[in-house]
Amino acid sequence: MTAPILSLNGVNRSFGPIQILFDVSIDLRPGEVHALIGENGAGKSTTMKIMSGYLAPTTGEVRLDQRPVAFGGSQNAEAQGVVLIHQEFNLAEQLSVEQNIFLGRELRRGLFLDKRAMRAQTATLLDRLQCRVHPDARVRDISNPDKQMVEIAKALGRNARVLIMDEPTAVLTNREAEVLFEQVDRLRSEGVAILFTSHKLDEVKRISDRVTVMRDGRVVLTAPTSEMTEDAMANAMVGREMSDLFPRRTTPLGGDVALRVRGLTVPGHAEDISFDLRRGEILGMAGLVGSGRTETMEGLVGLRRHVGQVEIEGRPVVIRSPREAQALGLVYLTEDRKGRGLVLNMGMRENLTLQSLPRFAQPFLDRTAEDAALDRAVRDFDIRAPSRAVRVRNLSGGNQQKLLIAKIMQADPRIVIIDEPTRGIDIGTKQQIYDFIHRLSGQGVSIIVISSELPEVIGLSDRVLVMRQGRLMGAVEGPAKTEDAIVRLAMGLDARTEGEAA
Amino acid sequence: MTTQATRASQQARPGHGINLHVLGPIVALVVLIVAGALMNSNFLSYANVTNVLARSAFIGIIAVGMTFVITAGGLDLSVGSMAAFIAGLMILVMNLLVPSMGAGISVILVGMVVALVAGLFAGLINGVLITRMRIEAFIVTLGTMGIYRSLVTWLADGGTLSLDFGLREAYEPVYYGGLFGISWPILTFLLVAILGEIVMRKTAFGRYCAAIGSNDQVARYSSVDVNRVRLLTYVGLGILVGVATIMYVPRLGSASAATGVLWELEAIAAVIIGGTMLKGGFGRVWGTVVGVLILSLIGNILNLTDWVSPYLNGAIQGVIIVLAVILQRESRPEG
Ligand SMILES: Nc1ncnc2c1ncn2[C@@H]1O[C@H](COP(=O)(O)OP(=O)(O)OP(=O)(O)O)[C@@H](O)[C@H]1O
Ligand SMILES: [Mg+2]
Repeated sequence: MTAPILSLNGVNRSFGPIQILFDVSIDLRPGEVHALIGENGAGKSTTMKIMSGYLAPTTGEVRLDQRPVAFGGSQNAEAQGVVLIHQEFNLAEQLSVEQNIFLGRELRRGLFLDKRAMRAQTATLLDRLQCRVHPDARVRDISNPDKQMVEIAKALGRNARVLIMDEPTAVLTNREAEVLFEQVDRLRSEGVAILFTSHKLDEVKRISDRVTVMRDGRVVLTAPTSEMTEDAMANAMVGREMSDLFPRRTTPLGGDVALRVRGLTVPGHAEDISFDLRRGEILGMAGLVGSGRTETMEGLVGLRRHVGQVEIEGRPVVIRSPREAQALGLVYLTEDRKGRGLVLNMGMRENLTLQSLPRFAQPFLDRTAEDAALDRAVRDFDIRAPSRAVRVRNLSGGNQQKLLIAKIMQADPRIVIIDEPTRGIDIGTKQQIYDFIHRLSGQGVSIIVISSELPEVIGLSDRVLVMRQGRLMGAVEGPAKTEDAIVRLAMGLDARTEGEAA
Repeated sequence: MTTQATRASQQARPGHGINLHVLGPIVALVVLIVAGALMNSNFLSYANVTNVLARSAFIGIIAVGMTFVITAGGLDLSVGSMAAFIAGLMILVMNLLVPSMGAGISVILVGMVVALVAGLFAGLINGVLITRMRIEAFIVTLGTMGIYRSLVTWLADGGTLSLDFGLREAYEPVYYGGLFGISWPILTFLLVAILGEIVMRKTAFGRYCAAIGSNDQVARYSSVDVNRVRLLTYVGLGILVGVATIMYVPRLGSASAATGVLWELEAIAAVIIGGTMLKGGFGRVWGTVVGVLILSLIGNILNLTDWVSPYLNGAIQGVIIVLAVILQRESRPEG
């Protein structure tokens, strides 16, 4: 067995008075893919930041090539071949793809930038990742999966000996993840040490050689992946036996239509979308990334210009802004929790109440009521924060998501549209969120769930609508609700199966 | 197992130690007051204190409005010219009315209404151009700054617009008079500051401003009427410019192209010194009040002592502004 290239040895880390990591030891070996898994807030990202010089351990040591090092900063770590790709993107939005890839280590010829060489290398890197963005495209104009690929290209361009990736696949589709894994395979055979986290245990099973499981800031076990089943991983993460992931419908569905949409068109994104949503129904929306699901729903709630007829509880309505939608009991929860969901530099309380602030202002903001709402949200959604005063930026990804759901629910909606409810969320929390969605539906709230994870959309919803290239291809329900049927519709292989999707 | 000392101890510890960001401006103010008192025995005299406060009042009233604009991620460069234009317009209208209405309270009341309405419209114009037409605040207000400045020059025909002599006497108490020995401008500033502080901290509007300044997309997705809130910050500022002008006109009784020059920069500087983030997302009105006081105390101390030439006033203010911004950066939470 090869000697470790980078390791942590008994690392503790505190933020102010709060200790987050306890005696963490982990080692990475060349030519090995190591997976780090654990619940939201278990300390995975923090561990990775310490390994890559973004944070220093409070006590304990980091060893590179078996010698203790103090990186003293990420630049230094990168110079020594240790590169971290963050959970949240770390790209300069205003710069081009190429400028980002070479940021801080631009190639020069004499005094001038060597544009030709940089262009050639950029092209090779992107090619290797089968990424089709143009090197001159501005990063802020490209899609999330492409941004992820650019991050990876950037790391590859730095000739990483140790590549650390924090939830690299959270924003990728299965196909894009495949491309990434091919690269991971290649890097592994070149002797690079790789550490990654993911909440998708099937990926972990498939791609990693060893797994380390963290819980509450401690390493609970490290084992060869071949010796662990996905269930065993989930149990080790959560610390208890996991039961069925998806709850069963207990309340029968009535016939009342809560939301009727006819001929909804969002110019450039979706055309002629018609469907009914029954009271208490959970309606899935499947389709490839880019099929227009998000845009359709953003149009529906007035975030985008749109035409078409909408009826809520039998009444025709016109919705020109999210505010009007909310007044009608309809809310939308964005898939982009950092860019559109939460104000990262504010606290949990301010974020929680932002959506329905008028309720807390009569006319002056009632701090006590806000705090009570936060208490309730923390309890109901099991939000785990190091302290009440923490800025939302410093919450772990999964806990941000829970806070976002709690925030939407402050509006007491009758109809909720949730876009990618469990992106970046651990399996235990997923189950909580699924339970929660079912409880809501039991209370007569109607729910639309957009999800790119087929098992989720199938397991959770009563009926699944499938979109492709801005059009509704059909609906599947009951025994016809299979992955195969949905994929065929999403790829355009089947015509409308069950007549009108209504 | 070896344990190694790390640089973790150097990192900011949230919730620990003294918060420079909060205390900085207050400490600076206290230092100035102590220094002033030591240098000149007149510094703490009633006359000097009221003089400083009354002069601060104009910029202060405007700076309170500016705090909201900046917190919501905006900027207004036009306030100085706007004040000059409103002053000119006010004087013109009042002078016109004197023959028919006489030089009395009623004309002054009309003048005040004119100032407030003009401020409201000026703010509305800025706000509409910025929010509905989606033009950068910097560009819009740079444009209106030039427009108002040239309008007042034109109204004054290149010279000075002077208030009717009789009116001047009737109007003077608004600047020189007061309650319990405190002059009206100071009282008004106090009232505006208290209201501003309440609105910023205790109302949905204040919270919305901060949210919009941090990330307007998040605010939009959270059902906040972003355009309306932004528009209101400019309208509010415009009205406050009107209020400041009402207080200012009786002081000199005239308006010219030189009225209100650089007020916008002083107001913005006061806001930043007070700890409001220039890029938006966080604002505090009490800080702005402290900022205004710091700026005018520096000028006052330089005038009272002969250690440093008063001509260096601008340089010292500049240093303070840069220091304030550095302080803001230091106190940014670790990412
Ligand atoms: N700068 C910080 N200040 C205070 N607390 C922090 C800071 N950074 C992280 N934390 C806290 O440390 C804990 C671990 O966070 P971390 O991001 O490492 O979790 P994670 O395992 O990556 O979770 P997820 O799967 O949700 O991404 C969380 O409770 C988080 O709130
Ligand atoms: Mg994480």
